[in-house]
Amino acid sequence: MDPISLEAMAAGVPDGAMVAMPPDNSLPAVALAKALIRRGARGLRLVGVPVSGFATDILIGAGCVAEVQTSAASLGEAGFAPRFSAAVREGSVRVLDATCPAIHTMLQASEKGVPFMPLRGVIGSDLVPHRPDWRVVPNPFAEAGEDPILLLPALRPDFGAFHAAMADSHGNVWVGRRRECATIAHASARCLVTVERVVEGDFLLDERLAPGAISATYVTAVAVAERGAHPAAMLDEYAADPAYVAEYARMARTAEGFRAWLEREALNRPALAAE
Amino acid sequence: MSPAKPEERLAAAVARLILDPSAPPARHVAVGAASPIPAAACYLVQKLGHPLRLSLLARPAGNPFTEGTRELFDLAGQGRLDLFFLGGGEIDGQANLNLVGTGEWPGRAVRFPGSFGSAFMYMMVPRTILFREEHSPRVLVPRVAHVSAPGTSPPGVFRRGAAQALVTGRCVFRFDPGRARFSLESLHPGETVDGVRAATGFEFDAGGGVPETPEPTDEELALLRGPVCDEMLPTYPEFCARVFGRKAAA
Repeated sequence: MDPISLEAMAAGVPDGAMVAMPPDNSLPAVALAKALIRRGARGLRLVGVPVSGFATDILIGAGCVAEVQTSAASLGEAGFAPRFSAAVREGSVRVLDATCPAIHTMLQASEKGVPFMPLRGVIGSDLVPHRPDWRVVPNPFAEAGEDPILLLPALRPDFGAFHAAMADSHGNVWVGRRRECATIAHASARCLVTVERVVEGDFLLDERLAPGAISATYVTAVAVAERGAHPAAMLDEYAADPAYVAEYARMARTAEGFRAWLEREALNRPALAAE
Repeated sequence: MSPAKPEERLAAAVARLILDPSAPPARHVAVGAASPIPAAACYLVQKLGHPLRLSLLARPAGNPFTEGTRELFDLAGQGRLDLFFLGGGEIDGQANLNLVGTGEWPGRAVRFPGSFGSAFMYMMVPRTILFREEHSPRVLVPRVAHVSAPGTSPPGVFRRGAAQALVTGRCVFRFDPGRARFSLESLHPGETVDGVRAATGFEFDAGGGVPETPEPTDEELALLRGPVCDEMLPTYPEFCARVFGRKAAA
């Protein structure tokens, strides 16, 4: 397995692609998001699995995004996601609101290759009338009454993207217990994984590592990006950087402040270890 | 023992609701990222000697789930989670929650973060304690602008439970799902029925002589400031520093 460069990985994501990404507590590929901004990506359709965080907010601010499907967008302790909020106010990004288990269920339908899956709850939420692609039908197995239940269509993103701790010689990647990254990989047509490092060996032959591994079967490309999840945490390897996020939240309150942040932190900063 | 801080009083009030013998039993509770007071209440229940499985979703180490973030929802879907906490940018008198925003959908006036898992959890978990410190007419509204999660459901729609109570910075409301209406259960020190009415956008019932929310006992305060704080420190360092005056070891 030969890693590609971060910039080459970003170049492989065409404008208009649907890209599924985990949020800040779950190995987001922040370095790849910055590379997508540098390449000037446009019209991306982002999927927050199941919610959206820092990477989504900077991509929206940089004008890379046409649509966001998510259950929430937030910077956690640092508050609302400022560029997401501004885009909703201006109507410049289409928002498809969802609820966390609906996102998981739509991706699980893709994992299984079935056209839809049911989910309990949600009926009576205004999410349902705003999602014409969701359907409420009578439970065909109900013993009595209609027992209405929500059906969700399979969601197959063009790309999944996340940051793993490491890749091995065979292109398997290791995410520990962050198994939602496995769901992203299984459900997406292609999967782009940035890693801290590449190591010798085969995770799938190691009983301790295999449960936290994602098979190379699902991995389209690997790029090395040291501290590629920053300012999010990387499992037990590095902690989150709340001061960095708080500074971003302050600067990104205005479009001008965001632009200054972007110049400093993404456009004028070469990616670390972009081989 | 120095007097209780407002956060400690709220934690003790939530702990009493968790232990309410008239509510369905709470064996397994999950607490989300932005909920230090509900987390403190759950740890207090544990430290008072009651068995309670607590799944702290935001814990940096020792996250309770190994099958990804969907596992929480799968557990709730099966009925293996007894109690959850929810809040909202807007909460109305029928206990509907709005986490989407105000103005035209999807929140063109003020956008809130989004519905998270509320549309599912509120209906799958046998009981929900609503918690929102800000008690003002902009939060507690007659009718939410958008329903992220409905407070009640018509007969025939699968639903395991509803709100047990709404705890705010001013009072505790009980919720009666049959009547889809809140009633005032207790007032925090310094609050009056009229004051709460003025700060509340929805109508609610208030019988004569609404009691004051009980102060935490000395035992509860000692537990909160000691072993409860010990448990919370890794997940909620800012809260522990502010409320308990304790910093995490470097």
